[in-house]
Amino acid sequence: MSLLVPDSGLLFWMLISFGVVFFILAKFAFPMITKSVEERKNYVETSLSDARQAKETLARVEEDTKAIIAEANKEQGRVLNEAASQREKIIAAAKDEASEQARKTLEDAREQIQREKDEAMLSVRREMASLSCDIAEKVLREKLSDQLSPEIKDYGCRSTGCKICQGIAGLRP
Amino acid sequence: MRRALIIIAMLLAGCVFFPTRSFASPSEEGEPINVQHIIFEHMLDSYSWHITKIGEKDVVIYLPVILYSKTSGWHVFSSRRLHENGGSYEGFYPAPEDGPHAYKLMEKMSDGSMVRPIDLSLTKMSLALLINGAILLLIFLPAARWYRKHRGDKTAVPTKYVSFVEMIVAMVEDGIIKPCVGENYRKFSPYLLTAFFFIFTCNLMSLLPIFPGGVGVTANLSITLFLALCTFIAVNVFGTKEYWKEIIWPDVPTWLKAPIPIMPFIEFIGIFTKPIALMIRLFANMLGGHMAMLVLTVLIFIGFSVGTTMGSSMTFLSVLFNIFMYALELLVAYIQAYVFTLLSAVFIGSAQIYHHKK
Repeated sequence: MSLLVPDSGLLFWMLISFGVVFFILAKFAFPMITKSVEERKNYVETSLSDARQAKETLARVEEDTKAIIAEANKEQGRVLNEAASQREKIIAAAKDEASEQARKTLEDAREQIQREKDEAMLSVRREMASLSCDIAEKVLREKLSDQLSPEIKDYGCRSTGCKICQGIAGLRP
Repeated sequence: MRRALIIIAMLLAGCVFFPTRSFASPSEEGEPINVQHIIFEHMLDSYSWHITKIGEKDVVIYLPVILYSKTSGWHVFSSRRLHENGGSYEGFYPAPEDGPHAYKLMEKMSDGSMVRPIDLSLTKMSLALLINGAILLLIFLPAARWYRKHRGDKTAVPTKYVSFVEMIVAMVEDGIIKPCVGENYRKFSPYLLTAFFFIFTCNLMSLLPIFPGGVGVTANLSITLFLALCTFIAVNVFGTKEYWKEIIWPDVPTWLKAPIPIMPFIEFIGIFTKPIALMIRLFANMLGGHMAMLVLTVLIFIGFSVGTTMGSSMTFLSVLFNIFMYALELLVAYIQAYVFTLLSAVFIGSAQIYHHKK
């Protein structure tokens, strides 16, 4: 029975202890804790969203970088190709020029040789003419020595194709 | 786990095979065992705090008795005086056990009638309340100081202790208060948090078998009455107009409220039944658990009053069941604090309505 009868003295002490605890905690502890927890929660949330944004930006930047690198690679390939073709062209041109030069040199040499050959032939021919003149003179002289006067036996002509000699020779029978 | 079980089993076996003589002493001396007296002595308030008995010497904290009598004015004395004088002092006598004020001091008037004076004594339960309040302050104020020191510093990392306090506070606030009270929860959260941790601390302390604990304050109707009263005030004083309109003129067919106000009457009763239910629920649950544990403990003495074998086996059963009860009571300590806070939050939330929902 006495268990079910509230006691005023105990109520009084409960009022004091619960009241004091409630007052102190409600004024100094709980609002502070809950406010800080909430603030931290907000901070964490904003930090997370910031991080997510940063990640997205980073991904975009990475993509851009990749695109730039790919572009650069393509450009590099193009430049290399161009250089290679340029080189081929230059080499081909150089080869052409070299062969042209060689051909010209060869031709020059050939011409030179021809000229020298002609000259040589000419001098040989001249020699041959003078020789044949000499021979003809000698032969004539021998043949005519008994027909012609001995005074004009020898005109002393030594030149080839001498008109006088030929005239004389014509005169002689 | 297995080792713990083995130790418990060995202890239990020790209880059975080596019963100490002191256990058997009541029956040997022929004292009858007054179960009701033992249980009531533990459950009721007292003017002194009997801690333990070392040998033949009682270790008792004598608390101040503060009485105000309409005829003889204030009386302040130590309860040691009561102990020395066989329970009575300065004309005050303890009330009989079966009366409504068991063991409380009554003033004997000149005509021989017993009158209860205004009793503001710092009793065992009052002291336990003060101790529990101090424990609460010791738990929360250091954490709050950390927050005050790191105000504005959002990147400060809380210490383990502060994180723990933060966790339990957030658990109650996010788990109970926010969903139950609704958008106005900020105004009520300090009260509900204090109520939760006060009840929880009191429940746990009442399970502690030695000095600062062991007093079942939440198993006392005065305490639960006070807490229920606080919720009653929080619900009705801060209730919105809409809430009162719902009580006086609820949204029901007119014949239910016009000539005879049936529904308003029921709603009006509801204002009081809600906190009364809160009060009774906490009180009965805590009282029930403590009584069950006390009865199981008293079983040992009853067993030994029958015989040593009976006593030994009763000891075995009693310890076994008491371990179970302790585990259960730990759970109940949390659940009852949780339920009280939850229902308080729901009642407060139901009084915080602004627009009637169709």
